Order: sequence, then structure tokens, then C-alpha cells
Amino acid sequence: MSAFQPVVRVSGTAVAVPGDDIDTDRIVPARFLKAVTFDGLGDALFYDERHAPDGGKKGHPLDDPARAGATVMVTGANFGCGSSREHAPQAIRRAGFRAVVGGSFAEIFFGNATGIGLACVRLEEGDLADLTRRVQEDPTLVVTVDLEAMRVEAGGRGYAASMPESARTALVTGTYDPLAELLEGLEDVKRTAAALGHEVRR
Amino acid sequence: MHDRPRSLLDKVWDAHAVRTLRSGQTQLFIDTHLVHEVTSPQAFAMLRDLGLEVLMPERTFATVDHIVPTHTRVEPFEDPMAAEMIAHLRRNVAEHGITFFDVGSGKQGIVHMVGPELGLTQPGTTIACGDSHTSTHGAFGAIAFGIGTTQVRDVLATQTLALSKPKLRRIEVNGRLGPGVYAKDVILHIIRTLGVKGGVGYAYEYAGDVFDRMTMEERMTVCNMSIEGGARFGYVQPDETTIEYLRGREYAPQGAAFDEAAERWLSFRSDPGCRYDDVVEIRAEDVPPTVTWGVNPGQAVAIDEPVPRPEDVPESERAAVAEALAHMKLEGGKPIAGTPIDVAFFGSCTNARLSDFVEVARYLAGRRVHPRVKAIAVPGSERVKAECERLGIDRVFKAAGFEWRDAGCSMCLAMNPDRLVGDQLCASSSNRNFKGRQGSPTGRTVLMSPVMVAAAAVTGEISDAREVFGVGREVVA
Repeated sequence: MSAFQPVVRVSGTAVAVPGDDIDTDRIVPARFLKAVTFDGLGDALFYDERHAPDGGKKGHPLDDPARAGATVMVTGANFGCGSSREHAPQAIRRAGFRAVVGGSFAEIFFGNATGIGLACVRLEEGDLADLTRRVQEDPTLVVTVDLEAMRVEAGGRGYAASMPESARTALVTGTYDPLAELLEGLEDVKRTAAALGHEVRR
Repeated sequence: MHDRPRSLLDKVWDAHAVRTLRSGQTQLFIDTHLVHEVTSPQAFAMLRDLGLEVLMPERTFATVDHIVPTHTRVEPFEDPMAAEMIAHLRRNVAEHGITFFDVGSGKQGIVHMVGPELGLTQPGTTIACGDSHTSTHGAFGAIAFGIGTTQVRDVLATQTLALSKPKLRRIEVNGRLGPGVYAKDVILHIIRTLGVKGGVGYAYEYAGDVFDRMTMEERMTVCNMSIEGGARFGYVQPDETTIEYLRGREYAPQGAAFDEAAERWLSFRSDPGCRYDDVVEIRAEDVPPTVTWGVNPGQAVAIDEPVPRPEDVPESERAAVAEALAHMKLEGGKPIAGTPIDVAFFGSCTNARLSDFVEVARYLAGRRVHPRVKAIAVPGSERVKAECERLGIDRVFKAAGFEWRDAGCSMCLAMNPDRLVGDQLCASSSNRNFKGRQGSPTGRTVLMSPVMVAAAAVTGEISDAREVFGVGREVVA
């Protein structure tokens, strides 16, 4: 439970999954939650968007061979709305992505993603549309998400990005898994519990 | 100490703030942690890997709801994964000494039904669960929200979470709801008005005389869908209705301790003049019986309105409207009423409480489900089921042609065998109409109140319950 690898900069090719209000049921359909581990979830990512009912591929950008190995996902606003399933960010991460660039993020998703070191940064609408178009046009375009400069760079063009400061700090210092720090506060936790009238075993 | 007027959110937050973390977030104490079989096994495994214990096992309560079959309770369950996940939960709660409401205990049910029924859900408390509809418990004036599995681990190990305090929006609904307009319509209308991302970054405080007059079960329906409007949680302030609901419940304080607790609970009400980041006012008279037409809960219309055409909406939304219409196989500009349905689902943590069944039974008595329609009624908990059976409500549903099921989440998210097939269209009392939500990637969901589900079941098409059943006419008569 020591500090995790800091997430300061993510650089790599990208996949665009455009559209607003992409819900976590779409990111990982519920039937893939029937498991007692998160292993193998990368294959479940956007499963029903990628596969026809007969199992054949629909030609989703995630299946574009030219984009194999991409580490940045570019999407729309309110990404990750709906169900609290952590399986959604787990699947994105296990499919190789280390950063998601979007217009905004649903809160539970954002917290879950940050907690596992998946950086979610926002761009202004016009910049996001520009980046999305350029990613769609060029599968070799390298996108860099820089959490120190709070910028997204791609092919010589830069965009101002944003993210809540608490999440940014946690990622760049490698303290995004809060458990160690929460455990440090156990004496204070017991004090708060007692003040709330709860019986506290020593 | 607190001269400044404070909202309920401020008061609950302040009382539960353990300390400020280095990131600036708050380490927040969680009074009540609810656990179910789908989002917890990995959390218990992480705890085991780290060699950690459950810090306060008496503050965690578990049940099975998501994956449990509702057509039979005979074990082993047909689905081996369902059996395995439930076995994991049984093992985990036994190992850590966590109270568990198992199938057949008489207390099992959807976790958001169980908490209130047993009196675990109390005003002024913090409640977390690995399920986004934990917002339901806000009906009691609790700060209650969904969390991910790693956070389930955090609560198990420390009884706290690292969180940022949201902004607060007061949503006032005043006036008189029209006949045939239910709590479900109120929240669908709010989401339609503010949008599915309107609540991101906010908590919602539902206020005004419409909420004051609502029963606890109606308030739960509203708070349940806060998350569908983007708000991680929403609450109604505790009042006499809240206190009377909790009196005598198993886990509520008893005797003199109850009166003391009640006084404390009321002290959490927002102070007059407290600060809101935003205030929205809605006239009750403007809330129609509402149904969704698209693939998120904000894509909704009044039952007597046409479905929108892409050209009717701002350019930025056109593609989304076109995509939703294509998935739903609906034509813009045409009325939603009259759309044939294949399945009627009456259940879920939004609307499967006793009052929902009582209300539907009033209208369903003597009616028959349309021959084309598969109709299932899934009580939210074993208690609701037993109470319905005591009142003879099950017989009304069975006589009408509904399948009468055991308690669980069922076709709300289709993790058990209850699911749509192909592009079936379902009139559903649940909370999400996302693509694929009800178990078929091409399945279609239309959200509505339970009485509207019954109307659709009877006529075989999306219908105005006011016309089908004369809902509300008895008020005028």
C-alpha cells in the first residue's frame, strides 16, 4: 500500500468514442459483471457497441488494427453516467488506456477512475471537437495528456485541459489510492464515530 | 460555533468529517454501509490481499438482489455464476461477522428497499453502497450515495471515504399535481427539465409543498433517480412523515430513545436562509404523466406529446436524438402513445414498494394483460411480497395475467434470467432506459410510472392511464 506509480503524463495514440452521456451499461454491459474478479474485463469494453448480435465485429474504432496499443480515449460530455460499476474504468484501463479526454465526467465514474490511476481530463467543447476530428482522421496521431501543465497536446497543437485539483494532486503524487491515508486517520475515525454516538471497540 | 445558517448537507457533512486529506478531499465517516453480491466480491478480496480486517462490521449490512433469480428460489440456481457470486457473499459476511439478509430470511430484497423497511436508513446519517441508486435513502434526509468497488474496500477497512463536498441545488416543486401524476412523473419531469448532466457536481435538495405532502415511499421514488439527473445524491428534509415511518422499525431506536432520536433527526433540517448554489422552481401543475422515448432518462415527453424530431432540437443535440430514435425504432413527430409493447416490467428500487402495488391493484382488478404482452410483477422485497399476498394483491396481478415473482432487481438490469429478447419494447417502472440495459443489446425500454405500466400491459401499447383506467376521475367525482 505504498505510493503507486505517479500519473504525470500519458502519451500515445488515441481512439475516439464520440457522443455525450455514454453510460456505464454501454461501457460494460451488466452481464460482464457476473464475475468475482475484474480480470479479463478489457475484452468486455463497449462489447455491444463493437459486436453484432451474431458476434461479428461492427467495425468500432476500438477494433481498428491501426489503433492497436492506443492509450488515450477521447469521448464526449457526461462520460460514465449511470451505474456505479467500477467495472467501467477497470475495463478501460485493462484495455490499455491510461487517460480519457472528455467534455465532462459523471462523478461516480470519475472517482472510480481516479482511484485506479486512470486520468480523466476535460477539454472545452470546441477543443474537444477539434481533437476528436483529428484523432478520427489520423490513427497515428500521438496525444499527450500532461497533468502537470494541465494541457493536452497532439501533433503540435495544444489544448488547455482541466480536472479537479484534488484528483490532479493525487495522480501526480501517486496517492490516488486513498486507502493508506484513510488508514492513517483511524484514531480520528474512532473519535468521530464516538461523537456520532456509535459504540467504538478499542 | 455555527452562527451561519446551514443546509442539511452542511450539517451532515460537518458531523461526519473526520479530517481533511492531503488532496483537499474530506475523510468522511459512513454510518451505514450496504452491500450486495455484485460489487462486493472484489472488495473483500482486496481486503484479504492487504491483510486488513473490517473495521466496524456492525455498520455494514448485506443482502442479495442484483443477480438472484425471481422465478424460483430453488438452489442451486440455474446460473452457476449467480450461485458463485452469492456463495462468495455468504462466505464473506460469515467471515467478517456482517449482518446478512439472505434469501428466505423474510428480510431479503433490493438493498434500497431493505434499508428503509428495517429502519436502517435514518435522517442525518451518511449511507454508502456499491450501487448508484443508493441516492434512494436521501428520502429520509440522509446523505446517501453510490460508490465503486475500491471504495467498498475503503469503507470496509476504515468506515470512511475520501470525498469532495458537492454544490447544493434546491429544487422546489409547489402546487397541486394533476390527477394521474405520480412521484415518478415528478422526477422524470425534473430530469427532462434539467437534463441528465444537469446535476453533475451537485446534490439536490427537494423542497416545496409537493414533497412535504409526499409519503416516504413517494420521496424514495424521487430520490432514487437523482443519479439519473447527474446528481450523486438528493434528499428530502426529515419531518413528521419521516419520523412516523421510522417509528417501531426494527433497527430504529425504541421507546424514549426514539423520541430523542426524532428530535435530533429534525435538527438536521436546513436552516432558513442557508446558502444554495442554485435554486430551481417547478410548478406542480406543469408536471404531466411522463414517459421516456429515448436512451437516457432525460429523453422524455408527456404521454400526450409527440416524440421529438431531430430538426426540433438544437443542432448540438441532433445526432443524439437521431441515434436514440434509431435505437428505439420510433419516428420523430409521431405520438409516443399507441407504440406497441412486448413486455411490461413492474419492479425495481424506483417503484416496487407496497404503495406502488396497492395503487396499481386498484386499477388492474378485473382487467387482463394484452395477449401479446409478457407482464411480470417483481416486489422489491420479501416483505413487500408477503404484505401484498396478505392483502390479496398478488391474486389481482395473477388474475390479470402478470407473472408474480420473488424479490430482486430482475429486469431493471437483467443480470438474472429476466431479460428482453431481441428488440422487444418494454414498458418499465424502473429507472434506466440505456441501450442494452434490460439484457438485450437491441432491447428498448420506455420508463414510466407503475400505473402507466399497467395501462400499457392491458392495452398492449404505450397508453395514457388516465384514459385507460379513468385515473383521477374518482377525485373529481
